[in-house]
Amino acid sequence: MFLAILAGFLLAFAAPMLYRWLGKWVYVPMALLPLSIFIYLLTLAPAVLGGNNLGEVQQWAPSLNINLHFFLDGLSLLFALLITGFGTLIMIYAGGYLKGHPLLGRFYLYLTLFMTAMLGLVLAGNIISLFIFWELTSISSYLLIGFGHDKETSRSSALQALLVTGLGGLALMAGLILVGMAGETYTLSELLERGHVVTQHALYLPALVLILLGAFTKSAQFPFHFWLPNAMAAPTPVSAYLHSATMVKAGVYLLARLTPVMGGTDEWQYTLMLIGGITTILGALLATQHVDLKAILAYTTISALGLLVTMTGIGTAPALEAMVVFLLAHALYKGTFFLVAGNVDHATGTRDLTQLTGLSGSMRFTAIAALLAGMSMAGLLPFFGFIGKELVYEATLEESPFRWMLFAVSFFSGMVFVAVAIAIGYGVFWRRAVKATPLQHPDKAMLYLPPVILASTGLVFGLLPGFFVTPLLRRAAEAMLGVEQVFELALWHGFNLVLGLSLLTVALGYVVYRFSNRLLSYANRFNGIYRLGPANLYQLSLKGFLAGATKITAAIQNGYLRSYIAAIITAHIALIVLSLWKDGPRLELTNRLQELSQLRMYEVVLLLMIVPALIFLFKSRSRLTSIAVMGIIGYSMALFYILFGAPDVAATQLLIETLTVVIFVLILHKLPAFRYLSHASERYKYVLLSLAFGAMMTYVILIVKQYPLDSQLKAYYGENSYLLGQGRNIVNVILVDFRALDTLGEIVVLAVAAIGILAMLKLRMQKGDKP
Amino acid sequence: MELILPFLIGILFSASLYLILHRHFFKLILGLILFGLATNLFLFVIGRLTRGGSAIIGQDERVATEPFADPVPQALLLTAIVIGFGIQAFAIVLIKRVYQSFGTTDLDDMNTTDQIEEKH
Repeated sequence: MFLAILAGFLLAFAAPMLYRWLGKWVYVPMALLPLSIFIYLLTLAPAVLGGNNLGEVQQWAPSLNINLHFFLDGLSLLFALLITGFGTLIMIYAGGYLKGHPLLGRFYLYLTLFMTAMLGLVLAGNIISLFIFWELTSISSYLLIGFGHDKETSRSSALQALLVTGLGGLALMAGLILVGMAGETYTLSELLERGHVVTQHALYLPALVLILLGAFTKSAQFPFHFWLPNAMAAPTPVSAYLHSATMVKAGVYLLARLTPVMGGTDEWQYTLMLIGGITTILGALLATQHVDLKAILAYTTISALGLLVTMTGIGTAPALEAMVVFLLAHALYKGTFFLVAGNVDHATGTRDLTQLTGLSGSMRFTAIAALLAGMSMAGLLPFFGFIGKELVYEATLEESPFRWMLFAVSFFSGMVFVAVAIAIGYGVFWRRAVKATPLQHPDKAMLYLPPVILASTGLVFGLLPGFFVTPLLRRAAEAMLGVEQVFELALWHGFNLVLGLSLLTVALGYVVYRFSNRLLSYANRFNGIYRLGPANLYQLSLKGFLAGATKITAAIQNGYLRSYIAAIITAHIALIVLSLWKDGPRLELTNRLQELSQLRMYEVVLLLMIVPALIFLFKSRSRLTSIAVMGIIGYSMALFYILFGAPDVAATQLLIETLTVVIFVLILHKLPAFRYLSHASERYKYVLLSLAFGAMMTYVILIVKQYPLDSQLKAYYGENSYLLGQGRNIVNVILVDFRALDTLGEIVVLAVAAIGILAMLKLRMQKGDKP
Repeated sequence: MELILPFLIGILFSASLYLILHRHFFKLILGLILFGLATNLFLFVIGRLTRGGSAIIGQDERVATEPFADPVPQALLLTAIVIGFGIQAFAIVLIKRVYQSFGTTDLDDMNTTDQIEEKH
């Protein structure tokens, strides 16, 4: 399994190169990869179907106990087969759909990246790696939606999908960590057996909210559904693969995966049923309000996802069985429909339902695929969709306080599904038309074969439910239930209530189809509601977010040097005060007062030079005087150094002070006179800050000097300066011998400053340079 | 002296910070120089003061004998003073160039590159 993932990533990044070498044949290696993984998974299938869960551990950082776990049970296998099987067809289809596109190599890169990430997501045996793959699918989805990046709508839709699913991803990460804390393990196989611990834990509720947020955003549940129809800006193969069959089902997968861990509680059940139910109805309702083929399909997908979530929420054995069956059936017929829509778009140049008629003559095979998928979607015999719908009805009609509400939800969506199925499977292709929509490009085998294969799979599964499908789905349902299940799929259940309801659905669905034009005419009346909808809310919050960020940046980074410095100093003072306040040492001055008596006369003289000089500095209005005053302060410092045994420092200070004054005088005589530029009110603020800073520094020194200095360096240098360095001036020996490299660094700094000064002096402004 | 110097350093720091917070470029430079002086003195005082003994080994001795001043802060100071001079010289030339190019020494007139545009 590790190798499969690795190969996927490698091939993904090789795709652009392969496109350069192979041209239009690039789809062959790209399709071979999912095909070979598909076959590999099939070889593992017997073991899994026999009831064994396969695990694989790839050592990553064993010392940190971080490993790559892979885990394959019925549920993972179902998804993995779906991803690779569908992936194979999509790779071929994309080769035909985007034939000759200059960026086809890049497209394959994104698509393979996504497929690998999705495969990693369902095979992950560790919830942390599951999260990483989850984010990877979001990112590759972003890249794929924005594939037509020259269009504004593509870009904004891609960003929207990324922001919504990315937000959910963050919540999911937090939720998974909480679950890991509650269950005390991040390994999936161990976590699956600790469900009772997790649900009793205090962290259960926050974890649940966060994880549901992740799952709902990914699976486009209300109120996050709005990104999915916009994501239809992606090329059709992407819509079919990511936004119908696989990625949007990642949320459902997550819920299914975590059912044994987190499911079974009231919070879980009611939230899923409520949100899933609303999404089902909303998606179905909105599907009737559109004429764009892909938009209709997107909304019915939302509806189907809602139904899957509802089924997961019900959580009984029949409901979970219905969930896996419906999931597979939906992936088959909805994927087909998307591919069909892509073919129609490709061939005729339009996706407007009202303009498309009578295409069965010119697009024979696509028409057949559409018909088969339509019958499966409508839930007709003998298609797999029929079994799915029967099971859904059965599950909702089970004894429960909400049975009629749940049934109404599934019935309503079933009705709309029938109408949509007729409209697309029949209306576009087979309805007799005066004049069939003309084709711009003929239908091609690479385009019609994948939908035909998908649609016939739906038929085969329906006719032969016992073959392979039943054991697989049974194990998938078991993975969610956590107990062994006897589970038989049959096409014919005899005449019973459910069959009658199925027939009623089809009949009413046909009525909806007949009146679809009437329904469409109501579309405008809902505009007022849309304005309050989450899509608009998203736009508003995005705008507000940007405006807020601009405001904050403008406030923090305002371009005024002194406010930056004030902020730094304030933070500095605050941190030091905070650390000294809590359990810092107390200042003891009383017993040190006698030190004052040791004060010598010449020291007092120096003090008396510096303090008045400072006062004079502030009073002075002339540049030259202030430079001279600075010189006085500097020289006084040098005298201090002499008094306290640092002749070298004093000498350097004297030299530097002289040089500074000379440079000042040389350069500054051309500058304008001094002015006070700041306002008086501002000045008070800065005076206070300066005083606080000075007081803090004084306090720090006093505190530090309360303790003896414990340094062995003084003794070391004193002993070894002559013996090792052959010099009597210890400071000099340190600079040129013990720490010679540091001195070299200092010289380099000076050289750099000199180069900078030279460059500034030589710089001449060019004409047109703006200050 | 041990008790007076901390207060002197505090005064120097206050004065230098106040100068730095001015809008005038020239005062900023004065503040920077003063800040450097204060910091140097800070380092020196933190490293303990020794009266009447420099960090030099006597002519007929092979190792230094107490009392002698701690050479480590002195070595640090030497480096700090020289590097501080590099910065000062650079800043002084910079202010000249800025005035030549922009005709102003007001720092508030030189903040356009650091502000984001409110509207695009």
